[in-house]
Amino acid sequence: MSAVLPASPAASIAAPARARREPLTWVPLLLTGLALAYLALVLFLPLAIVFIEALRKGFSFYLSALAEPDALEAIKLTLIAAAISVPLNLVFGVSAAWAIAKFEFRGKALLITLIDLPFSVSPVIAGLIFVLMFGRMGWFGPWLGEHDLKIIFAVPGIVLATVFVTFPFVARELIPLMQAQGRDEEEAAALLGASGWQTLWRVTLPNVKWGLLYGVILTNARAMGEFGAVSVVSGHIRGETNTLPLHIEILYNEYNFTASYACASVLALLALLTLVAKVVVEARQHAAMNAALAEARDLGTEPVPARAPAKDK
Amino acid sequence: MVLLQRRRNVLPGFGPALGFTLLYLGLIVLIPLSAAFAKTFTLTWESFWLTVTHPRVLAAFRLSFGVSLLAAAINAVFGLLVAWVLVRYPLPGKRVIDALVDLPFALPTAVAGIALTAVYSTKGVLGAPLAELGIKVAFTPLGVLMALIFIGLPFVVRTVQPVLEDMDRGYEEAAHSLGATPLQTFTRVIFPTVLPALITGFTLAFARALGEYGSVVFISGNMPMISEIVPLIIITKLEQYDYTGATAVAVVMLVASFILLLVINLLQWWVRKRRAEDRG
Repeated sequence: MSAVLPASPAASIAAPARARREPLTWVPLLLTGLALAYLALVLFLPLAIVFIEALRKGFSFYLSALAEPDALEAIKLTLIAAAISVPLNLVFGVSAAWAIAKFEFRGKALLITLIDLPFSVSPVIAGLIFVLMFGRMGWFGPWLGEHDLKIIFAVPGIVLATVFVTFPFVARELIPLMQAQGRDEEEAAALLGASGWQTLWRVTLPNVKWGLLYGVILTNARAMGEFGAVSVVSGHIRGETNTLPLHIEILYNEYNFTASYACASVLALLALLTLVAKVVVEARQHAAMNAALAEARDLGTEPVPARAPAKDK
Repeated sequence: MVLLQRRRNVLPGFGPALGFTLLYLGLIVLIPLSAAFAKTFTLTWESFWLTVTHPRVLAAFRLSFGVSLLAAAINAVFGLLVAWVLVRYPLPGKRVIDALVDLPFALPTAVAGIALTAVYSTKGVLGAPLAELGIKVAFTPLGVLMALIFIGLPFVVRTVQPVLEDMDRGYEEAAHSLGATPLQTFTRVIFPTVLPALITGFTLAFARALGEYGSVVFISGNMPMISEIVPLIIITKLEQYDYTGATAVAVVMLVASFILLLVINLLQWWVRKRRAEDRG
């Protein structure tokens, strides 16, 4: 080819490309327009409405709706539920990922499926199962009653339901990441005499820190926003067992719409922050992966001293 | 290399890590879930059957399954479109739009619920003009559909997108140079490649929609026989302290979810296999 047409390589490439694209110029435009219209109607409009409705009666009303005692109590309880469920599921996620990604054993696929189980259970059923266990007529109901302990319609029930619905997030982020990284580095550390904890702290966790962080962010977002499961176990006692999402519902049902959207806008902001964190974490993870790949390439193809000139590029 | 793979694993901590994992999984997930099944066994078959075939419950099952299927189907079509546009076409602000696709994952369902109600109520931005045309959205099954479309949107986009990114454009170019029209290229080359991922995304969106509660209850109006979804039936029964009735309905939903989970796992395995073949 190139021997026959040495003079005009550019023309030979450009001509078929133009011929190919010409009849199609309206298709990308139409498809892009359709996709954007769909996203605007389904996604962007509801998001914008939350903020518009929240600020309908002005900024001072907005602030006073958030500073109301019941709202503050709800925010406090939401923070408590998240502060308990995030560390619990973080420890679980790391230990599950360590066992699954670094070792071979039978039933691994089943275990991964079981870890994902809370995702496929309706939030309402997630609440129901804890009512069946700890409710007045539940398995442990009579015993709890005798000892004057309360789980359902109290804070412990809210925490349990939150832990359940946020159960898989950290494990799910870490397992594929740690599987992809293999166990060469950990084995090197172990052979050099590092203890298990040292290997975990100094080798494994630094390698997966971005994935871990994203798992924590997702767990936190879901923990603070959970509605269905928490609604079943809470009993909706104002100022006592109301989380922020439940407070939004109460205000809404009392036709106190603007205050309801004001509280909702706080959670919407949290959601937007979560998305920003996702973008940042993904970029970092991508950069870290490329750096590791580049290093492996340098080490693999050339003797070590040859790395210095490679940096000039 | 074979020898290396067979060597004994020198890493410590397998026992404690797996032990803790199983213990925590058992305490938080498996034992509570088995409570639901144990509770159902206290029912006679007859009373179980009467509960789940009560007309009001049946109407809710029809609504939940029907509208969830429809919402997932709409998202399959538009999700494929959105994924295609995001992967193939230049677009200003693409990174922001791409990040916002995940909004329904991140936005609490109650917030989505009241936001959608504001949009589609008869005084809302879209609800008012639609009402002029005689279409009522909020407080009808159509409102349920809009909520389920919202929460299901990311599933199809996020399963189809990586497959489109991986796709070898050589096949499309070959199809074109062999004289295929763009439509033929789409139906014969692109569509078969993304089909496993598309079905997976559809099933994920369907499974999620089936159990959804928070975003639906505000907009649905919750009228028995008309716009009452299954999760709401469970809540109503619980509020009347009818634990066994609530559990009977819940177990039907749980079995449906487990079947869907199995199907999703098989589908994901299929997608991975296809992607590995494409790359190899």
